[in-house]
Amino acid sequence: MAAQTQTVREQSVTSVEAAPSLWPGLWAIFVKEVRTELRTRELLVTTAVFALTVVFMFSFSFDPASEESRHIGPGLLWIAFLFAGTLMLEPAFLREQSNDTLAALRLAPIAPSAILLGKTLANFLFLSITEALLIPVFVVFYNVSVVSVIPGLALVCLLGTLGIVIPGTLFSAVTAHARMREMLLPLLLLPVLTPILIAATEATASLLSDPPEWPSMGLKLLAGADIIFLTAAYFLFDSLLEE
Amino acid sequence: MSPNRILWLVVKLVAALWMAAAGYVIFFIAPDESTMHAIQRIFYIHVSSAWTAGVGFFCVAVAGVLYLIKREPRYDWAGIAAAETSLAFTTVVLVTGPIWAKPIWGIWWTWDPRLTSTFVTWLMYVAYLLIRTLVDDKQRRAVLCAVYGIFAFVDVPLVFMTIRWWRGQHPSPVLAGAQPGSGLDPTMKGVLFFTWGATLVLFAVLMRARFRLEAIRGETEELRQQVEDLPGAPASSRPLVGSHG
Repeated sequence: MAAQTQTVREQSVTSVEAAPSLWPGLWAIFVKEVRTELRTRELLVTTAVFALTVVFMFSFSFDPASEESRHIGPGLLWIAFLFAGTLMLEPAFLREQSNDTLAALRLAPIAPSAILLGKTLANFLFLSITEALLIPVFVVFYNVSVVSVIPGLALVCLLGTLGIVIPGTLFSAVTAHARMREMLLPLLLLPVLTPILIAATEATASLLSDPPEWPSMGLKLLAGADIIFLTAAYFLFDSLLEE
Repeated sequence: MSPNRILWLVVKLVAALWMAAAGYVIFFIAPDESTMHAIQRIFYIHVSSAWTAGVGFFCVAVAGVLYLIKREPRYDWAGIAAAETSLAFTTVVLVTGPIWAKPIWGIWWTWDPRLTSTFVTWLMYVAYLLIRTLVDDKQRRAVLCAVYGIFAFVDVPLVFMTIRWWRGQHPSPVLAGAQPGSGLDPTMKGVLFFTWGATLVLFAVLMRARFRLEAIRGETEELRQQVEDLPGAPASSRPLVGSHG
C-alpha cells in the first residue's frame, strides 16, 4: 500500500515537471489576486466610484428623459465600462512591481500563461462586480427598465467584459514598464476594443428597445471577438513573461 | 561599393522612375471618368496606397511573429520600419480620401465602414509608434511591439466586420455608387496596377531606409554600452540607473 502511494506520488511529480499544468496555477493566481484585493478593496472602490462619476457626468450631455436615454444610454454605459476597465487593468501588473513579486511568480512551477489567465480571470471578476453595481444606478438615473431582459443583459455583459479584460490584461503586462503608462494603456487598448464597444452597445440597445429584441448578431460578434482575442492572447502570453 | 548597395541604388532609381511614370500614366493615359472627371484620378494613388499599407501591416505582424520566435533584433527593426512606412501610406489614404469625397459626396468625411476602420487602424499603429518612444528597455519594447503588431493585425478584420454590421443597420445614402470598383475599365485597371507596383517599390525603398536607420541606432547603442563598460570610463558618462524598471 505504502509502495503504491509512493509510485503514485512519483508519477504525479514527474507529470508536473514535464508540463506545468495550467489549471491549479491559474486558480492559485486567481485566489491570490482576489485575496489581495479583498484586503484593501481599493481597486474595486476606486473603479466603482469612477464609473459612477462618469455615468453621472454624462447626464449633462443630453436630456436624461426616458426616450433619449434608450438611444444614448447603452453607448454611455459601455463607454463607462470601458473607461473603468482601462483604469482598473493598470494595477494588475503594477502591484507586482513594487516588491518585484513578478520574478517570484515566474519562478513558481506553473505555466507562464497561468499567471496571465489567472489575472485575466480576477480582472474579469472585478469588472463584473463594478458593472453589477453600476447597472442599477444607471436604471434609476436614466429611467430605463431592465427587469424583463436581465438574462440577456447578463450575457452581453459577460461576453463584453471578457472582450475587455483579455486584451487589457495582456497589454497591462507589457506596459507596466513604460513611461507614461497610465496614458499608454488606454491608447493601446481603446482602438483594439472598437469591435467590443460597437457590438456590446448595439446588443444592449436592442435589449433596451421597446419591445426588447434578442441581439443574436451582437452576441455572435462578441463571442467571436472573445474567441479570437483569447486565442491570440493565449499564444502571446507565454512569450511575454520570458526574459 | 558592395553589390548589395549597388542593388539598392538600382531599386531606388527604379522607384523614382516608376513613380514618375505612374504620374504620367495617371494624368495622360488613364481615360476620363464619365461622371467624376479629373478628380477621379486621385483614385489610383488612393487605392494603391491603401493596398500597399495593407501589405505593410501584414509585414509588421510577420516581423512580430518572427521576433517572438527567434528573438533577433533585426525582426524588431523590420517591424518598426514596416509599421512607420505603412502608417505614412495610410495617412496618404486618409488625406486623399476626403479630397475626393468633398466634390463627389459633398462632405469630407462619412462614418462608412471602410473609412472608420481605416481610421481605427491608423490610430492603432500611431499607438504602436508611441510604444517605441515610451518604453526604454530594448527587449521589452521589442516584445510589446511584436505583441501589439500581431494583435492589431488580427483585430483589423474584426473592426471592419463589426462596423459593417453596425452601419448596415443605418445605411447612409452616400454609399450607393460611391466606389467605381465594380465596373472598372480595363485601361483604368491597368493604370491602377501600374501605380500599385510603383507604390510597392517605393514602400520597399522607404522601409529599407528606415530599417537601416534602426540598425545603425542599435549598433550605436551597443557601442556606447561597450565604451561605458570599459574599466577607465568616467563615472559621469554612465547613465543613471533607477532602482528597477
